[in-house]
Amino acid sequence: MWTWFHKLASPPHFYRIGGKLLPWFGVLTLLLMAWGLYGGLVLAPMDYQQKDAFRIIYVHGPSAWMSMFTYMMMAVAAGIGLIWRMKLAHVVAHAVAPIGAVFTFCALVTGSIWGKPMWGTWWVWDARLTSELLLLFLYLGYMALAGAFDDRKQGDRASAILAIVGVVNIPIIHYSVEWWNTLHQGPTVTKFDTPSISWEMLWPLLVMALAFKLYLFTVATWRVRAEILQREQRSAWTRDLK
Amino acid sequence: MSEFFAMGGYAAYVWSAFGITAFTMIVLAVLARRADRRALDRIRRREENRK
Repeated sequence: MWTWFHKLASPPHFYRIGGKLLPWFGVLTLLLMAWGLYGGLVLAPMDYQQKDAFRIIYVHGPSAWMSMFTYMMMAVAAGIGLIWRMKLAHVVAHAVAPIGAVFTFCALVTGSIWGKPMWGTWWVWDARLTSELLLLFLYLGYMALAGAFDDRKQGDRASAILAIVGVVNIPIIHYSVEWWNTLHQGPTVTKFDTPSISWEMLWPLLVMALAFKLYLFTVATWRVRAEILQREQRSAWTRDLK
Repeated sequence: MSEFFAMGGYAAYVWSAFGITAFTMIVLAVLARRADRRALDRIRRREENRK
């Protein structure tokens, strides 16, 4: 187990293993997306209150969850890079940052589009929306900081510290709908004991969430491989790449 | 079929939400895949020149 982990942490091994996994990740992402979209847009029954507008949840929910999941992944990778000085961990953190930013952007935009017909407004400065907007700025700040240093090690360290400090925002986003009064609805899915959503509506949402997760792994692997080659271009192993 | 695209009168909202999400995610994926390909191409070209 540990030797496997150490091997994976070495850039040439990650490069090769990533290359082998990519076709599987890619195909699985496309299949799950197709299945989830068909389930959400065609099979799921109409909501009795929101009619067909509720279907926005099938892109809004997964992007919002994955915007937080990706941030935790980025912060954990940055922390590992900081503590154990593992180069690959910083590469992973850099690779997932723009993906998380895209998820956050999509969560904000689709939420806004959903808010207009349901709440009568595109935007309110409430805790949920504001903390999610802050998440977008954290991603953008991280990306700017990581690229702002001539010395790569300094950039890695400074951006890692920002990523770790920003973690405090994650529970704020999650609990904002319980701690403060808001237009945003409370959690519908995470309380499994009393689900407030029917199974026909729920399963496409879970499939879409899984599809978004595999999308993250696919795009992250492409980005990690590209950055590995850029950082390691002087290493001997790159000479044998076919 | 046209009923499906009408989304009960919410077509503009539903399809723009799905469209914007699909667009940004596809652009990011295409850029990432291209970066992966180009990084490898650069190494290969370097090795060609070395020979």
